[in-house]
Amino acid sequence: MAGIEIRSLRKQFGDLHAVDGVDLSIRDGEFLVLLGSSGSGKTTLLRMIAGLERPTAGEIHIGGERVDGDVPPRARGIAMVFQSYALYPHRTVFKNIAFPLEAVRTPRKQIEEKVRWAADMFSITRYLDRYPRQLSGGERQRVALCRALVRDPKVFLLDEPLANLDAKLRNTARDDLKRFQRRIQTTTVYVTHDQVEAMGLGDRIVVMEHGKVRQVGTPQEVYEDPVDTFVATFVGQPPMNLLDLRDASLPAGTLVGFRPEHLLPRSVFGPGEDLRTLRFSVRRVEYLGSDRYVYGSVLESAAPDATVIAKLPANIALAIPEGETHEFAVPRRLLRYFDAATGLRRPP
Amino acid sequence: MTPRRTLADREEVLGGVMLAPALAYVILLVGVPFVLAIVLSFSDATAGSLRFGWAGLRNYAAILADPIFLRALRNTAVVTIGSQVLVVVLATAAAQVFRTTFRGKRFARFVLLLPWAVPVSLAAIAWTWIFDSTFSVINWTLKAAGLLHGWLYWLGEPGLALLAIIIVQAWRIFPFATVIVLAGLSSIPQEIVEAAIVDGAGFWRRLFQVELPLLLPVVTVAVLFGVVYTATDLGVVYILTGGGPANTTHVLPTLAFQRGILGADLGQGAAIAVFLLPFLIVVAIAMLRLARRAEVGAR
Repeated sequence: MAGIEIRSLRKQFGDLHAVDGVDLSIRDGEFLVLLGSSGSGKTTLLRMIAGLERPTAGEIHIGGERVDGDVPPRARGIAMVFQSYALYPHRTVFKNIAFPLEAVRTPRKQIEEKVRWAADMFSITRYLDRYPRQLSGGERQRVALCRALVRDPKVFLLDEPLANLDAKLRNTARDDLKRFQRRIQTTTVYVTHDQVEAMGLGDRIVVMEHGKVRQVGTPQEVYEDPVDTFVATFVGQPPMNLLDLRDASLPAGTLVGFRPEHLLPRSVFGPGEDLRTLRFSVRRVEYLGSDRYVYGSVLESAAPDATVIAKLPANIALAIPEGETHEFAVPRRLLRYFDAATGLRRPP
Repeated sequence: MTPRRTLADREEVLGGVMLAPALAYVILLVGVPFVLAIVLSFSDATAGSLRFGWAGLRNYAAILADPIFLRALRNTAVVTIGSQVLVVVLATAAAQVFRTTFRGKRFARFVLLLPWAVPVSLAAIAWTWIFDSTFSVINWTLKAAGLLHGWLYWLGEPGLALLAIIIVQAWRIFPFATVIVLAGLSSIPQEIVEAAIVDGAGFWRRLFQVELPLLLPVVTVAVLFGVVYTATDLGVVYILTGGGPANTTHVLPTLAFQRGILGADLGQGAAIAVFLLPFLIVVAIAMLRLARRAEVGAR
């Protein structure tokens, strides 16, 4: 068990600053998700923690021990699960899981016990004699987790382990993974570009862009209190609406942000609520079963063409004819304000 | 634009036309001599006469009773196996070197491939100088390094001569094998190698338990090529030792040439040459089966 301390970590590939000064403190037993689009530096950061990539500058401490520099991956007390699972195709499931134990010369009997214990935990005992190519994606993923588990690592490093599963399987795999981590309570760093995964799994989320950390916080903090417009639009689906409402009460160059699910017809709100009403010119309504997405533009906006999305839950049955202007509203306490020039949060 | 159908439109004809040269080549220059060799091996034909009499298995009986033939058969096996073992070890090592990036890699790769490009006879002539009894650069170097007392007569002693042949054959096949192994190495997914690193496997464990098993099908193909090239090669032995000293370093192709062409006994020469065939077929089948079995996870 160990936390991870990362101090002003940098990695340059030629002129590219893949990781550009990251400071991060990962608590013991925490499930931390690195979230970013491709090229944000999240995978490079993970690979530096693993020791597969050497930092250009900065420090990494795992469990209080400094490991950047010459400590090889095997001595860092980490285990890693790769996106492709990287199972050894010429070895059976048993031999795959046993490999890290063989590498540290564990007695055969102990290997046998440990492999069975891990396989039992992920209920893959009946596949132990099979080869990886005879397994489905979900089963391979569990074998990869088993192989990581038997090392008794201080830290789990997971690089998009659910990305190769089909959408149906991903939900249950996510749940399995989270329950597994709660049970063994090992510090886990998880890389993903999928914000749903990040929200669902992370104790805390680190949002990265261009090699820099934009925000660190619980899923709730990141979603409800984004520190800038990047985080506001990156997290959440559909993204937060950002508008310049040319409001006299606000300083010039202020963007007002609100989540699509907070923009609702004026009539659904109670009388006592402090509302910001908006005239919403509806272009199109998309019926999605549990929700309706309403696309249109807000007439008060400085850019009246900018698309604004409202997300109406199914229990609002109100008819919204397309091509008409409706009175919508957002509760004022849910409005977020950003500086249009810097993108940073601004007090209301 | 011609409105009529041209040859290029008629694929069934075009295919035949384009295949014809290759087919003619195979039939005339491989098939016919092959059948001829088998027929000749059962005859008492000689060079310089058109007489052709049926000899049954007499040629085979004669060569099997001949100690020089048995020695040549053994030499063929020793040279082939010895050179291929050397090739596999060297090619795997060289491929590891060429996988990394270093200054002058392109030039090194060019140099590596040179032996493959040099005609066998020219190379063999150069090697006769390297192994020369008076001017051997190997002896000179060993002497200068203080490792050799006395003198090695490379091509004058049967054991050393055989070793010299193995070295030249390995040198000749090595670049090709390296290229094949290098291609095999680059087809191993990087994540699998990294997983092995994270799993705590050191260089040797990674090499023997991850990379080599995954390379096995590819290495088998390289060795199969090497076996065929080496076992059927005439030039190296012919130029280096000529089968000498005292017929101790003959391999089947040189002995077949000596008996059949120089000695004019076509029947016996053909019998010696044909003797390679079952030997190579067995090796080829065994190795192809091995390659298929080793193919990643199949069973």
